[in-house]
Amino acid sequence: MTSAGSSPRLQVASSPHVAAKENVTHIMLWVVAALTPATIWAVWNMKMVAIVLLGSCIGSTLATEWIWNRIARRAQTLWDGSALVTGLLLALALPPRTPWWMAVIGGVVAIGLAKMLFGGLGWNLFNPALVGRAFLSISWMGVLADVRPFPGGWFNALSVPGVGDLDAITGATRLAIAAADRAADGAYGVDLAEYYRPLLLRNLEGSFGEISGALLLLGGFVLIAKGIIDWRIPAGYITTVGLLSWAFGSDPIFNVLAGGVLLGAFYMATDYVTSPMTRAGRLVFGCGCGLFNVVGRFFGPMPESTTFAILFMNGLVPLIDKGFAPRTFGWVSRRG
Amino acid sequence: MSQHLGAPCLPTVEKGDHVRRGQVVGDVDAFVSAPVHSPVEGEVSEIVEVLSISGTRVNAVRIAPEPDQDVREHERITADAEVDVVRLAGVVGLGGAAFPTSVKLIPPRDKPVGTVILNGCECEPYLTCDHRVMVEQPERVVAGGHAIRRIVGAQGLVIGVEDNKPEAAEALRPHLGSDVELLILPTRYPQGAEKQLIWAVLGKEVAHGELPAAAGALVHNVSTAVAVADALDKGKPLVERVVTVTGNVARPGNYLTLLGTPVSALIKAAGGIVGKPGRVIAGGPMTGVALADLDVPVVKGTSGVVVLEEGETAPAVMNDQPCIRCGRCSDACPMMLQPFAIGIYANRSDWDGSERYHALDCIECGCCSYVCPTRRPLVQLIRQAKHVLLERGSHL
Ligand code: SF4
Ligand code: SF4
Repeated sequence: MTSAGSSPRLQVASSPHVAAKENVTHIMLWVVAALTPATIWAVWNMKMVAIVLLGSCIGSTLATEWIWNRIARRAQTLWDGSALVTGLLLALALPPRTPWWMAVIGGVVAIGLAKMLFGGLGWNLFNPALVGRAFLSISWMGVLADVRPFPGGWFNALSVPGVGDLDAITGATRLAIAAADRAADGAYGVDLAEYYRPLLLRNLEGSFGEISGALLLLGGFVLIAKGIIDWRIPAGYITTVGLLSWAFGSDPIFNVLAGGVLLGAFYMATDYVTSPMTRAGRLVFGCGCGLFNVVGRFFGPMPESTTFAILFMNGLVPLIDKGFAPRTFGWVSRRG
Repeated sequence: MSQHLGAPCLPTVEKGDHVRRGQVVGDVDAFVSAPVHSPVEGEVSEIVEVLSISGTRVNAVRIAPEPDQDVREHERITADAEVDVVRLAGVVGLGGAAFPTSVKLIPPRDKPVGTVILNGCECEPYLTCDHRVMVEQPERVVAGGHAIRRIVGAQGLVIGVEDNKPEAAEALRPHLGSDVELLILPTRYPQGAEKQLIWAVLGKEVAHGELPAAAGALVHNVSTAVAVADALDKGKPLVERVVTVTGNVARPGNYLTLLGTPVSALIKAAGGIVGKPGRVIAGGPMTGVALADLDVPVVKGTSGVVVLEEGETAPAVMNDQPCIRCGRCSDACPMMLQPFAIGIYANRSDWDGSERYHALDCIECGCCSYVCPTRRPLVQLIRQAKHVLLERGSHL
């Protein structure tokens, strides 16, 4: 044997010795990228009010994450990008008339209550952005129901009506009109098909993210093609919404396009942490979201039931995971 | 002296002895074992304890080779039964696990082998040694397959080759004959793993805790088949193997290497390391062992030497990044386990929990750690769990 040469300094570690390039930050940035077209389109149409809302949501989620980590003396997790995604999703789920301070509260609740209190990314049971939105909609029901288009302009964002005025306003979204129409057995004579175009291309009612269904779909398909999200969740979700609303005698396409279903199906329900781990489980989860979305919409107190449908299914995830655990190779029946 | 899975050998020569090529220098009287032969002619300079390629200390016979010898000449192995020839020739599985081949050639009586599968799916990415063997010695591969089929009394013989190796398939085709099937499989890691290959070829799952024989199948690596054929036809003991040397070396390729050659000499033969090495791995990057010392000798199970550059490697330290429940690890796991769950339980030292999630079925292929976006050290955690579970007597 040759005499021991001077071996170079080598690193010793456990296998495997190589890893895929993809990390959490990449995944989160892909989600942000997928939402960017819709976000830009919203800013273009609503100008300053969009910027203020985005700023308050993202600013407050990032700040909450940073401060929490400092106080709890945990490693800083700001750079994993998950707080950024939460802030962006929260903003897109709020109507443009939401006052900035309310958006800030939503952000603090989303990160502080729904995520960090549970132990940070990975440990939370409920989707943080949706918890933030749910908190606001319960606390200030009138505000989040007010989804009238905001007069777009660069400088009128600061003159957003105060909460006091809001009680007087009855926001009538297309969804609410549709609900009323359905309740009155078509007496209003609304042709919901007329709304397809605006809902797909340029819709100033509802939450921010509903500005354009087409752009949301585009981003969603990119995420699926990139393998970031599993198609089973949005597919199960949307199919169920379409079929059920058709069964209930409503227009399936309208119901899929309205009320934040697309935002929920592609971007909220697909959150890794709060959705099931297995492929079959994800399909069931998606269908469940769709089911409760439609049931809430047609029979619940509020037509906009997307938030609560997904949160409810989030709560069922541990059960779904148990029920749809994969059968280990070589095990004929699941034991133990 | 410990080149295979099973009982280590004891030296059968002493310091100062003259040994011939192919002479037995280590053996042990155990069923699961294989003798070790001298790859060169020379004089035993010492019997020492050395660092092995897997990081343990083992007994070794150091031989000073005589200059200018023809390494193609060797002692001939003879025995009456073919199985004995294979054992005496020291043949072990060359895919990496190094399980003594003769043991696998004696199937349990109540579970006859229906099909012999020759594994031409490289056991790891980066490695190409099996490919080379198939391209250069296709007739020996087929001959070895026939011999194995004859010994175990099986009917079928299937050679499974992944579709990224059309050259190998083309080389094999003219030698097949009517009773050998060549199956082209989609390229997928870890198809080279025994149970996965049986599933891909026969569509049968080997049940938990069972040997492949339970599915009526016997899997041998193509390189092993060549070694079997060489032992039977030429009486050749296993004293050399094809090793893939790749990564950051000047001349990556496959090298026919005498067993016992130091890894450092092999790297030198491949033109030396280029750039700043991060890790040198014996075996493949997914399951191999990172070497601390490059003077360790090549053994029968050394299928490759991969030099990875600094920065090219997975993180070395255990991180405590959380699981974000993305499900990638479960989707990737060939055993259909839920690695994240085993990892979480193992992290909490909840061994019952990890057993419930079938930690013991893990084949340590490394897929889960590879795909995890938070780089959780899943394989390490699962290994820990398996270790504890086996210690306390849980059974596969
Ligand atoms: S190493 Fe990971 S992917 Fe491979 S068998 Fe084990 S748990 Fe599954
Ligand atoms: S790949 Fe990693 S982050 Fe994803 S589920 Fe598995 S352990 Fe968790």
